[in-house]
Order: sequence, then C-alpha cells, then structure tokens
Amino acid sequence: MRVLLAVFAYGLRRYSTYRWATAASVVVNSVFGVINALVLLAVFETRPQINGYTAADAVTQVFLAQAFIGVTAIFGPPLELGERIRDGQVAMDLMRPVGFVRWWLATDLGRAAFNVLARSVPTFAVGVVLFDLALPAEPLRWVAVLVALVLAALVGFGLRYLYALAGFWLLDTRGVDAVAWLLGPFCSGMILPLVLFPDAVAAILRTLPWAALVQVPAEILLGRTVLPGGTLGGLAYQAAWAAALLVLGTVLTARATRRVVVQGG
Amino acid sequence: MTEPIIETANLGRDFVRTEGPLLRRRRRTVSAVQDVGFTVAPGEIVGYLGPNGAGKSTTMKMLTGILAPSRGRVRVCGLEPSRQRTRLAARIGVVFGQRTTLWWDLPLRDSLALTRHLYRVPADLHAARLAELTELLELEPFLTTPVRQLSLGQRMRGDLTAALLHAPELLVLDEPTIGLDVVSKSAIREFLLRLNTERGTTILLTTHDLGDVERLCRRVLVIDHGRTAFDGDLAGLRATAPTPRTLVVDLVQPEAPIVVPGARTVRVEGPRQWLELSTNPAAVVSEVARAHRIADLTLREPDIEEVVARLYRAGREEPTALPRP
Repeated sequence: MRVLLAVFAYGLRRYSTYRWATAASVVVNSVFGVINALVLLAVFETRPQINGYTAADAVTQVFLAQAFIGVTAIFGPPLELGERIRDGQVAMDLMRPVGFVRWWLATDLGRAAFNVLARSVPTFAVGVVLFDLALPAEPLRWVAVLVALVLAALVGFGLRYLYALAGFWLLDTRGVDAVAWLLGPFCSGMILPLVLFPDAVAAILRTLPWAALVQVPAEILLGRTVLPGGTLGGLAYQAAWAAALLVLGTVLTARATRRVVVQGG
Repeated sequence: MTEPIIETANLGRDFVRTEGPLLRRRRRTVSAVQDVGFTVAPGEIVGYLGPNGAGKSTTMKMLTGILAPSRGRVRVCGLEPSRQRTRLAARIGVVFGQRTTLWWDLPLRDSLALTRHLYRVPADLHAARLAELTELLELEPFLTTPVRQLSLGQRMRGDLTAALLHAPELLVLDEPTIGLDVVSKSAIREFLLRLNTERGTTILLTTHDLGDVERLCRRVLVIDHGRTAFDGDLAGLRATAPTPRTLVVDLVQPEAPIVVPGARTVRVEGPRQWLELSTNPAAVVSEVARAHRIADLTLREPDIEEVVARLYRAGREEPTALPRP
C-alpha cells in the first residue's frame, strides 16, 4: 500500500512539472465549454425543455463535462502502458514486485488527482462566472458529485487500461486509441447530453460504461438521475462499471503476461 | 553442494509467426531457443554470449519470468519465474541496457527513493545502501537531475543502483555497457567485480563487448542457434576454437617479410610485422632475434571476439572445416 501511495504521489508530481501545458488545457476546455454552451443555448431558444432538461441544465452539464475531461482522460492521453508494450519497455514494468494493474491505477489516479485541482476546478469556475448554472444548494449533493468524480476517474482508467492492454495482442494500440477518442466523447454525453439523443439511442448508450464518465455524474449534480435509486443508483451504476472494467483488466493482464510476447531484444 | 541459483534444462521457446499475403497467411513456428541447459552456482559471474538473434534475450526473458518457456525446466532462486514473477522480482535485480526503470520526468533521487517501498527495505538499511552506492558509482553530482537530462552513462549507473538497493542475490544484466564510453565501461566493470567479491552477488550478463567478458567472467556460456554451444572458462573457449597467437615484431628498419619456422608472416606495415604462431613463441622469438635487429616485440593473445566468431562458424560447418583467415 505504501508503494502505491508513493506511485500516486509520483503521478501527481509528474504532471505538475508541466505547468504551461496545464494552463493551456484549462484555456482550451473553458473556450470549448463556452462555445458548446452557446450552441446549446441557441437550441433551447426554440424549445425551453427537452426531455426534462432546461437550458441551464444543459449548460451545467457542458461545464461539468469540460471539467471532467482531464480527470477521465476521455480524449486521451492514453496510458503510457500502450507505448511501453509497443517498444518493449513493458519488460521493466513486469520486473517490479508490485501488481501490474495496481501500479498503473496508482499512477493514473495521481494524474487524475492533479487534474482535479489544476484543470477541473478552474474550468468549472469559468462556467460559474460566465453562465447561469443549475447548481445544487444542498452540501450532500456536492459530496455525491465528488464521489461520482472519483468513480468516473476509475471508469476512465479501466477503459484506457483495456485499450492499452490490447497492445499485447495487436502490438500497436494507436488504432484502438483513435477509435476510442471518437467513441468515448460521443457515448458519454460529453459532446451532447444523452437526453438530446433519440430515446432509443440514449437508452442503449446509458447501458455502456462511457455514460459513467459524464452523463451519470452530470445527472447526479443536477439531481435528475434517471436510474432507479436516484443519486445512489447513479453512483452504484458507476461503481459497477468501474469494478467490472478493473476485474476484466486484471483477468486479461494475467492472460496477456502469460501468453504474449514482450517485444524487442 | 550448494543449491544452484539458476537451473535450466532442455529449455526452449517457440514463437508463432504469421506471414505471406493477407489472403494466404501461413503460420510458421520459429524456435528462438531450442535447447538450453546450464546451472549457475551462487557467487559466479557468468557471461552469456551469442550473436544477434541467437536467443540470448529470449533466455533472459524466461529467466526473469517475462516470458513463459514452451518446454523444458527453469528455476531461479528456487522459483519458477513465469508463475512466480512478482516473488522472484523481489529477490533479483535486473538491468536491461536499452531500457530503464527510472522515472523520466523526475529527479533520479525520487526513483531511487521509491525502491524502498517497492522492495520493502527498512529505511535505515535503504539509506545506508544508497549512501554506499552513491559513493561507489559517483551519483552525487546528478542525484537531483531529472532522469531525462542524464547522460547514458549516468542513467546506467542510476539503473544499476535502482536494481541493487534491495541487495538481490542475483543480478541479471542485459548488455550493461552498451553505448558507453571507455571510462564509464570500466567504472561499471570495476563496480560489478567489487559487488561480486564483497557481497557475493551472482551476476549473469549478456554482452557483445568482449572487454566485459575478459574483465568480468570466469565462466562463459555461448549460445548459437538456440542451443548451448559452449560452457566453460575463457581458456577453454579459446581451446575449443583454436585461434593462433600473434607475435608483433617492430624491426629497426623495414625489411622483407620474416621467414622463420613455426610462424607465418601475415602482415607487413613499414618496420612492423605480424607473425601468426603455430608453435611455442619462445623458439620463434629467439630465432627472429638471431636473424634480425629488433626494436620491440609484443605477443598478442587472440581476441575473444575472434574466438567466439570462430566458434559460431564452427557450429554451422563441420568442426574440422575451420576456416583459416
């Protein structure tokens, strides 16, 4: 456990060395948030409510989504693991006396933690300042949002870990990543809230893991969880996907390292 | 008799390759390691040699548990590497010359600090070892430098330190001096020798640098085409693939090639001549000294590189058909 804490701290510190890159991504996330919000406001001009969402709800989800980009890494970056499998550096990772999944989880949660502080908070603050967001008054709801954020980070890791692990079989994960960075934002409610999709499509997307990255946390923030059990149901949905992905990752890791080739001489 | 620290028998590993055009793909099994068997006793330094593609790295991966063998038996520190990789990792140190365990973006010191938690070394013991290694490998000047800014030699010393802070019984090195300059190479060799004599750490290393072998290894294993081609000491290796010694004669002034029984002049360059010996050098030396005015004489042992090259060629042809240069 001590070692995982140390690795977590390393992930955090490591990203904190790239200050300008972080500042730039806050600007990018904020600007995209503003554009996205303005588009949605125009849509809601014609209809004040869509599937129970008001304009304020939609804009709130937009800024939550922008604030979650860095934490869940929904547009990347991929885990370094993929690249390390490709060039054979993974051999060194396998030589550490620590569980493989736990090692990568700890590094990535360090990265996520840094992103919460350095990207999520300022980006969301921009939304609060510029727009009239639908924010909850009760403190307990905010606690639920924080839990949802942690669970979203776990689901984000679980997905990216599987993308990277595919490298053991495919030898190059860049294709997987390219598809993933298209699919993730679309299926998660990041580009457009899922409530604006045709009902049948939305119903399907709500069963997939990506919904746990943005749509479900946004509904927890808005107090509009459509899942049975309300807020707790939403958190349970996220937790279930996080657990499923991590278990799958662990099982596949065991297979991969037993059967598959480490590249390079 | 002490338990061997490494034990392999009939070890082999195949890879399946798919090749050919997309629609008529064929799967072909390639044997990277066919039949390797050797044991290493605690305290030995063993050089594992072979040409590129001979199966050295594949063997190393099987010994460290990164790769499961297709057949045969392998035990390292009494464990089965591929099944007990994590447990084994805690007991051995591994340095792959082309790879690093150090954290690219952070100071060297941070990576070294992590190994304490990684291997559960008590804080005082870790500090004492780090101080010792810092002194031996002269890490002090760059401990606080981010790893990405280190030179190759510095990084290698950092990687060696990271592999040794938990005092492993066995150190596995894959080309530890690759790409290093003469000074760094020699520093690392002297360090490894000291580690072996003072701590009794067993060392298994692959290398293409025969300086490493000559300085470090009392025993060499040669692998060729996935099989053990030689296992013994350096003198034995030289005897297996006999390579003549050379007498370098510096004459006072240039002369015609020397003719002398028991030797053949193979090269002339101004006043310097190279004589390939086929008998006792003493007789040849006295004969040359009698007939010529000599400024200097040197007897050159055959390069291990030459010897190994001959051994590879010998493996491919009939042993009797040793080509003469």
